[in-house]
Amino acid sequence: MTIRSDRDHGQRYRPRMSCLKKLEATVVQMQDPSTGVKGTDQKLNITTIPHVITGQDIVAWITKNVNIDNDEAQAFGTMLVAFGYIYPLQDHKKLVLRPDGSLYRFQTPYFWPVQKWKAEDTDYAIYLAKRNIRKKGVLHAYEQEEYNKLHKWMNHKWDFIVMQAKEQYQFQSLSKADRVVFDCQERAYWIVHRPPPQTHSAMDYGLDRHIDRNAEEKKTYDYYRRIIIYTQQAVMRSRVKSSVSLGALAKYITTFKNHDPFLVPCLPSNPWHTDDNSYWELNAPDVEIPTKMSVERWSFSFYELLNDPRGRADFKIFLKKEFSGENLAFWEAAEELKWGTAASMSEKAEQIFKTFLAPGAPRWINIDGRTMGLTVKGLEHPHRYVLDAAQTHIFMLMKKDTFYRYLKSPVYKEIQKKAISPAPHNFSEAQLQQNMRNRRPSINPIITWQKEQEEKAKAAAAAGPVDIKKLMASKLDRK
Amino acid sequence: MEPQLQGQVIRQLFFLIGATSVNSILLRKDLCSCRKGMLSSPHQNTPRHREILCFLVEMAAQPSDTLATLKTESETLKTKLEEERAKLHDVELHQVAEKIEALGQFVMKTRRALKGHGNKVLCLDWCKDKRRIVSSSQDGKVIVWDAFTTNKEHAVTMPCTWVMACAYAPSGCAVACGGLDNKCSVYPLSLDKNENLAAKKKSVAMHTNYLSACCFTNSDMQILTSSGDGTCALWDVESGQMLQSFHGHAADVLCLDLAPSETGNTFVSGGCDKKSCVWDMRTGQCVQSFETHESDINSVRYYPSGDAFASGSDDATCRLYDLRADREVAIYSKESIIFGASSVDFSLSGRLLFGGYNDYTINVWDVLKGTRVSILFGHENRVSTLRVSPDGTAFCSGSWDHTLRIWA
Repeated sequence: MTIRSDRDHGQRYRPRMSCLKKLEATVVQMQDPSTGVKGTDQKLNITTIPHVITGQDIVAWITKNVNIDNDEAQAFGTMLVAFGYIYPLQDHKKLVLRPDGSLYRFQTPYFWPVQKWKAEDTDYAIYLAKRNIRKKGVLHAYEQEEYNKLHKWMNHKWDFIVMQAKEQYQFQSLSKADRVVFDCQERAYWIVHRPPPQTHSAMDYGLDRHIDRNAEEKKTYDYYRRIIIYTQQAVMRSRVKSSVSLGALAKYITTFKNHDPFLVPCLPSNPWHTDDNSYWELNAPDVEIPTKMSVERWSFSFYELLNDPRGRADFKIFLKKEFSGENLAFWEAAEELKWGTAASMSEKAEQIFKTFLAPGAPRWINIDGRTMGLTVKGLEHPHRYVLDAAQTHIFMLMKKDTFYRYLKSPVYKEIQKKAISPAPHNFSEAQLQQNMRNRRPSINPIITWQKEQEEKAKAAAAAGPVDIKKLMASKLDRK
Repeated sequence: MEPQLQGQVIRQLFFLIGATSVNSILLRKDLCSCRKGMLSSPHQNTPRHREILCFLVEMAAQPSDTLATLKTESETLKTKLEEERAKLHDVELHQVAEKIEALGQFVMKTRRALKGHGNKVLCLDWCKDKRRIVSSSQDGKVIVWDAFTTNKEHAVTMPCTWVMACAYAPSGCAVACGGLDNKCSVYPLSLDKNENLAAKKKSVAMHTNYLSACCFTNSDMQILTSSGDGTCALWDVESGQMLQSFHGHAADVLCLDLAPSETGNTFVSGGCDKKSCVWDMRTGQCVQSFETHESDINSVRYYPSGDAFASGSDDATCRLYDLRADREVAIYSKESIIFGASSVDFSLSGRLLFGGYNDYTINVWDVLKGTRVSILFGHENRVSTLRVSPDGTAFCSGSWDHTLRIWA
């Protein structure tokens, strides 16, 4: 594991902090004497602190000048406080903007969160030492802990640190008021960079990314050749007119609008709103009678029909009636091959060949000669995508022909009639409270999966090789 | 004209004629390959010829020269690509959106707050049963919740910190996670609450840098991963074998998403090189790429129909790219939003785009009209991950304030 903490010393540009530039621009505007936030003098103990602003003034200014509403302005202001551009005078450890009469001050640019370097431990040690010198026991518990830790780590430099602290402390030739202000500013700076326990520092942006932005990428011959080849191919790509593709996106949205729980409330009710999970029970994969919304959704596209397990089951019933179940079975088997484990591949390919592709196979699929030739040849050295051509052919066949016949078939019409349309729930406040108390856990997905596997095994055993002669006989009879 | 100037002109003309004739002898297409300055036809290759020509060609083809010409060629090709893309651009998204009715007011509240992580929540994924969630955090803990009852069902402690990627298997029987250990491990879940899941852990993927995202394909048997080493890879879970690797990003790859289309053969990835690439899983080739963001791309997500995708980036914008028209079609940004978007996801119909941002808020965008319809507050630190539930009834956001919130 690499040590990442001291990767960033020195003058390195930290691009993840580039938002700070925009924040700084706003803060500068806020400090404008004529158009900025109005400050007053505030009495604190015996000293008077100048340029104190209130939380509600800050929020009002942001609302007006950044052109956003109150809540967002408060969130924006909290960012300013969290990064240390504005610091609170009361309750200085909690860095949020309170939109009331709480007092704040602008931080001096010297203490702004600079983009280029991290606040050093040495500086922090000097700061703590200085406070210790001024008055013993003024450090908080966590600060005392940090102080002791730093004392241990930096033992070799400790004389230097104490000397620096003494120098800075004695150099305070400022007036009492200025000294109080400076202390507040310094303290605010360190709260941002060394957050007290149970708080976080906004300067923490997580792991450094591996790419070194300060390093120039080596622009070699190969680099340009790759770009040239790729761009040449990209230029040759076929494209669709914007009106066509954007129209398709808009059409998708309109088609699915009524099925989006965020746009149109789902029936009977959204389980997250009312704590009643009837909606999930009615749409379970193994439900006997589906809802009208589900059935409608199956008609949108073949993909939607296959994706819904209940829909796929219904489609299988239709196919059984038409004696053309082998297409879907082949498609499912090919999917299993594509997404299955590498070890089982050759065995599965063998199985598929015997069941679907060999001449005289029990569930022989009807694909054109060329595709069949390619597939059979590929099966000599089976790989994951060997059935791709055949699978696409069969899928297109089902999508363009079988699917539409299904939608017009009596099977579909019957399920449409049977489908239920649940009435919307209308819970009273008391009922909602009760629902909340009675939240029920659901079946573990592992159990559901095991059940599904058992059912599949049973179905596979029951299907077995179909007797071709009987099948042909029954087909001739129908004609 | 002055005599000196005349002399210069004659000299220049002489050089010009001489140079072009030598040039045309050397670089006749049927004689040699101009890039490498070599003679490809053996007929002219008498020793004397060769010596002279090689000497002259060496003089002409300095390495820095070739690099510069290649650079200009790649630039011209790139502009040509942009021109081709622009040719078919006959309408803007908001023009198409004019015919669609506007959205009403939204009331989205926090319905559940999942507390239990001891540190920043980095990633989350929903289970196909629409109520279970797996989430991972900085301290190495991976927790499986039943979000509806807010119960914790399983907890695993990874041997590394910063578990930046986690995924729920389609069957609901396993979870995959990884982070600073450079690996992706699959933990089969069990019905026995007291069983130590770490015992049955399977190490699947091996990268040379941190794992940034992982995702199961249509089955439990294959995993797609992306890493800080700039590559993505497809792995077979059972054997741990790499089935395909995808090279093309010049920097860390931070996110990926599988296409929801019926063919299910492509995925999109986004990285620190500001590029998002669409890959073909079978061949390992980059099929399309887009480079319009101004900073690292933190999150990519396909549109529900599979014909477009959205990306969220550190430049504080989210953008929508249309794959069939091969261009960026919308930018979701506002002047007041200056912090990066860490995570994006679409609602079920694709009308709403939810974005979790680093300024502790969640913005909800109208995908067609390009406007922001709502802003959600509640988290106390940046929102690091956001996913809509499989049936679209709610979405979950995970944040560095150690909690997950379900919004509906």
